[in-house]
Amino acid sequence: MTRPRKATTAAAGPEPAQRRRRPATSRRSSAAGASAAASADRANGRPTRPTPPTTVPAVVGAVSAEESGPTRVDNGSRAAADGAARPDGGRPAGQPAGLDEVTGWADWPEQVADLLAFLRRRLTGRYEVDEFGFDPELTETVFYPLLRLLYRHYFRVEVSGAHHLPAHGPVLLVANHSGTVPVDALMLSVAVHDETPTHRHMRLLGADLVFRIPVLSAFARKSGSTLACNPDAERLLNAGEVVGVFPEGFKGIGKHYRDRYKLQRFGRGGFVSAALRTGAPIVPVSIVGAEEIYPIIGSITPLAKVLGLPYFPVTPLFPWFGPLGLLPLPSKWLIEFSPPIPTEGLAADADDPMVVFNVADQVRETIQQTLYALLERRPDPFS
Amino acid sequence: MRVLVTGVGRYLGAHLAARLAEHPPVEEVAGFDSAAPRSPLREMLDEHRVSVVTGEPRDVAVALARAGADTVAHMGIISTPGAGGRAAMKEQNIIGTMQLLAACQASAQVRKVVVRSSTAAYGASFRDPAVFTETTPPSLAPRGGFAKDVIEIEGYVRGFARRRPDVVTTVMRLAPMVGPQADTTLTRYFSLPVVPTVLGRDPRLQFIHFDDALELLVRAVVEDHRGTFNVAGEGVLVLSQAIRRAGRIAVPVLEPGLGALAGLVRALRLMEFSHDQLDLLVHGRVVDTRALVAEFGVRPRSTAEAFDDFIRGQGLHRPVFAALRPETVETVEKAIVAGIRRLGERVGRPTDHPPAEVTR
Repeated sequence: MTRPRKATTAAAGPEPAQRRRRPATSRRSSAAGASAAASADRANGRPTRPTPPTTVPAVVGAVSAEESGPTRVDNGSRAAADGAARPDGGRPAGQPAGLDEVTGWADWPEQVADLLAFLRRRLTGRYEVDEFGFDPELTETVFYPLLRLLYRHYFRVEVSGAHHLPAHGPVLLVANHSGTVPVDALMLSVAVHDETPTHRHMRLLGADLVFRIPVLSAFARKSGSTLACNPDAERLLNAGEVVGVFPEGFKGIGKHYRDRYKLQRFGRGGFVSAALRTGAPIVPVSIVGAEEIYPIIGSITPLAKVLGLPYFPVTPLFPWFGPLGLLPLPSKWLIEFSPPIPTEGLAADADDPMVVFNVADQVRETIQQTLYALLERRPDPFS
Repeated sequence: MRVLVTGVGRYLGAHLAARLAEHPPVEEVAGFDSAAPRSPLREMLDEHRVSVVTGEPRDVAVALARAGADTVAHMGIISTPGAGGRAAMKEQNIIGTMQLLAACQASAQVRKVVVRSSTAAYGASFRDPAVFTETTPPSLAPRGGFAKDVIEIEGYVRGFARRRPDVVTTVMRLAPMVGPQADTTLTRYFSLPVVPTVLGRDPRLQFIHFDDALELLVRAVVEDHRGTFNVAGEGVLVLSQAIRRAGRIAVPVLEPGLGALAGLVRALRLMEFSHDQLDLLVHGRVVDTRALVAEFGVRPRSTAEAFDDFIRGQGLHRPVFAALRPETVETVEKAIVAGIRRLGERVGRPTDHPPAEVTR
């Protein structure tokens, strides 16, 4: 991958000391380098991708801090917003390097105060949870920053086509599923949050297995997931949310390593009827990289049956090396959002199996072709 | 309008009867229950001139005829077995409802039947959609006695509504009630100093304020609202959040040991948890209230508001663990922040960074 690399260096050049901002900038520009549309976007400012709306106060704060001097810079969770808010290429010329760092350090009392306020709200139960159990505060303050470490430094995710995600309104993301453990779903939710100017939260539709298991079920609900069923999908889409679904399900995530990047069958197409009924556009998402994190070379079926799991994975490291086997391999990830497939005016066809299967096939074909294209861009899985 | 209220021996029924007695279009209220109301409720009913008939479930026909009622409010549905055990509970719930509906069907006077049901009818499981609408069937048959009773009762009510389409039939599916005075299993649960929860589960809960539930039931009786309605406060509290708002501390219990613990608690006569309440504490339950708001034109207090009122009213805002009081937490936080700011001003800005650099 040479092209994006160059873009990265160019963009990050003038600000060598900015450790906090650099990942956001480099990620964005490398994403732009990856697709022609996005790089045109980059060349003339940002015509197709609007600046973050002024309704996000933290972003406004960050921008004005840059323009007018002192000094408040928001902490980690807003760093991406900060990076996206400015035109590509970083700061205006002549601005001293490392201002960010300086003010960030000088502002540590504010950051501690923010943290304490967060802890106080958690301790006294004064926070909002929506009817699905989604806890935006916890997700943004705790879950995303942790996942972002994996996202940026471990899997080095590169995103292309993020401009296909609408800034507002319902959209159904349909992605390929792989990797034994649904890490791809987590990385996709970070990508959606960080790459949309409005910082949208992707609401995942999960298998009922997730909601059967203690701890996992609680985390799933708090991070915005809900059961993959049509009532929930339609309710979320009607509320204008970003909904993420992996129609391959266990067939995709638990497939043998030799079948990597071969899309499996797409269930009953329930996701298509949900989109048709609500008029939400479908954005196919292709994820490359998750296949290599835990390559499945076998399954211990009797053990899976005893545990009530769809498969019990055997990878080159698991279960032989115990806890070490739980460490995902550091593959290089690419996520591409394809152009949306509109569904307005098709509500009447939501119960027509022919229409539903056709749309599902179209989505499937798009993802499969994009996967092949992405794989050509990434010849070495661990590059 | 002459109203017969069943279940006047209990909290909800007695309060509904007392409220209806003072509500203009209602001329007379009669009450029926298997046992006579006890002390504070009896005085309240006497004060509002509610005549009470007690008897076996089949005596309800007599009570209905004697009251000359044109409207029936069926509140005589109980959620926990109590002293009589499960058999008595089932007798009252199922047989009581069947007898009442049979009497109503035979009566030429009855114009309206309002039945108190429960959101327990939806069950609680990991395979359910996140939000139940009135038309969602439960995906697994609930295992709790009360939930089974509720489903059966609603089945009889549907049958009755089919056979007597001229009668306005209303089913009110109430969420768990909370309020300053309410005394239910759940309110007692949140009053425990240390609240047992299920390890790794944080169910979504919904409540309805007792006063709002009462108000909506009164409206269902005096106005005409045909159909089935979820009665709950909008919004959600997760269990851990509710416990912290109540200033309590959660003690997680392993899921497999839950049934045994509930049995022990029951045996010790500390508290009574039914199977559906245990399932609720594992999977939670949220209902859609849009139909209620659209039909009744009123919006009950949200779940969070209802719960906060319950905490204030029950004196729970003085928690056992005084350190967890919101005011205490806030005071401590302010003190720390003030200290840090002072420290930051002393250590942070001046010498390291000349002002020119800070202002760019």
